[in-house]
Amino acid sequence: MLEMLQYDFMRNAFAAAAVVAVVAGTVGYFLVLRGQTFAGHALAHVGFTGATGAVLLGIAPIWGLVLATVAAGIGMGFMGERLAQRDVAIGLVLALALGLGLLFLHFFTAFATQATTLLFGNVLAVDMRTVWVLLALGSVSLATLAVISRPLLFASLHPELAEAKGVSLRLYSVLFLAIVALATAECAQIVGVLLVFALMVGPAAAAQRLTSAMAAGVLLSAVLALLEAWSGIALAYYTDWPSSFWITALSAAVYLIATLPRPMGRLASAAPR
Amino acid sequence: MNAVELRDVSLTLGGRTILTGIGLDIAMGEFVGVLGPNGSGKTTLMRAILGLVPPSRGSIHVLGQPATRGNPAIGYMPQARHFASDLRLSGRDFVASVSNGHRLGLPVQGRTVRAEMEHALRLVGAQELARRPLAELSGGERQRLLLAQALIGKPQLLLLDEPLISLDPHRQQEVVDLVKTLKADLGIAVLFSAHDVNSLLSAIDKVLYLGSGQAALGTIDEVITGPVLSRLYGSHIDVVRVGGRIFVMSGSCCAEAEEHRHESAPTDRQPRHSGHA
Ligand SMILES: Nc1ncnc2c1ncn2[C@@H]1O[C@H](COP(=O)(O)OP(=O)(O)O)[C@@H](O)[C@H]1O
Ligand SMILES: [Mg+2]
Repeated sequence: MLEMLQYDFMRNAFAAAAVVAVVAGTVGYFLVLRGQTFAGHALAHVGFTGATGAVLLGIAPIWGLVLATVAAGIGMGFMGERLAQRDVAIGLVLALALGLGLLFLHFFTAFATQATTLLFGNVLAVDMRTVWVLLALGSVSLATLAVISRPLLFASLHPELAEAKGVSLRLYSVLFLAIVALATAECAQIVGVLLVFALMVGPAAAAQRLTSAMAAGVLLSAVLALLEAWSGIALAYYTDWPSSFWITALSAAVYLIATLPRPMGRLASAAPR
Repeated sequence: MNAVELRDVSLTLGGRTILTGIGLDIAMGEFVGVLGPNGSGKTTLMRAILGLVPPSRGSIHVLGQPATRGNPAIGYMPQARHFASDLRLSGRDFVASVSNGHRLGLPVQGRTVRAEMEHALRLVGAQELARRPLAELSGGERQRLLLAQALIGKPQLLLLDEPLISLDPHRQQEVVDLVKTLKADLGIAVLFSAHDVNSLLSAIDKVLYLGSGQAALGTIDEVITGPVLSRLYGSHIDVVRVGGRIFVMSGSCCAEAEEHRHESAPTDRQPRHSGHA
């Protein structure tokens, strides 16, 4: 079991996955709570354009990802509610984002490997430097989230009331989507831009099914994300199948199990009445 | 000191004048039913009292102070939205998020926050049901949590926007009685908007009727009369009382008194019938 840890690339993979999973699970909980899961998906697509643009300019793709997602997140936050209703516009922008990314890659020689890595991730290729970058970015997003979490929650659950109490809905929408953008850029390093949902939304949605207490839910979401990511990497090591496949499979399986009707749960909630 | 004072207030939204030249005083401890057809400005008036819609003319005072956004003395229950209906979050966490919600930091619930929340939940009799996820509560149970939420922070003025919507008549009466008890126990002023004055008859001290940009405030007998409502609706209105209930009827059309009472789709109604009541 521990023999896989003697390889540097495996240790880096586990470390990177740990950082990203904790960030994704925590941020994802709020994302699901606010009903904004589409935003994570959309930001990831835009991130692809940023990453490929960076590759074209000879910069590390992660910085293109971060820049593009954060800019798009802030933009989406400012547009607010109006954006949510325009699914045709969003769909077109997402398609355009992927198309532009493709064009940028077209000019690049190592086309196929780069594209696959960006789209589907390759956690086994993460180096030590990237782990540190992920840790720094993750700390920034979690620290910011901690500072704004109370008014963010208030604005999410009671928007009209929060507005009446002087809380700026737009400010928190912008700040939160910037945090989501950072988390998305991180996730893309592990599972690629197309599969960000697996780490960001799957564990959080499962956790909300499993407990209705918020603190426990946030914790559970982070733990599930961590277990799914680590198990995915371990399974990839033993089967030689892509880790992203295993992570998405585990994420889907855990969500499925969480949504199954539970006889125990029903008994428990029937008892006090 | 009055709970609410409006002096010659006009309210406009996006260039449209909603209310013009409104003057009224609501005393402390008064339970005022806010009535009027859809779009007459009930919600807008409450938002103006909250400081969210600045008057285009005149002045609004709340508890002696000019109306400003963020007034902690006002408890507010917004018009029901369907947002929370699929949340898996517990009612307790939902209500607790209101405490100090405007302050930065982690939403940890200290002892005072928890005590305040339990107090509010006890007042509305929701201590048991607040353990369950919102998604598993009925509309009426969720309304009770929203009412508890409005009581957090010990408000002196409660603004309740259509709290009876989507409740069956039995539950409606429960909510009205609950608010009446709260008003008496806490000595607070209440503005309670509704579509049917009959559901409020047992509880309200006064009626504030809105229509055609104008308002009439007074007791039920002063306001719910043919002449006053004819002015507010801009057409001939008859008021008929049968068996302790009040029916508002316009022109030739009439006896469809009952079907609008359990209101679910307010938009497809004829404005002049919607007040009935
Ligand atoms: N943002 C807005 N811009 C312009 N008009 C608005 C806006 N919001 C509401 N209105 C209009 O203001 C009027 C009053 O609305 P409202 O206060 O919600 O009425 P009520 O609560 O009595 O049904 C309605 O005619 C509505 O169409
Ligand atoms: Mg309204």
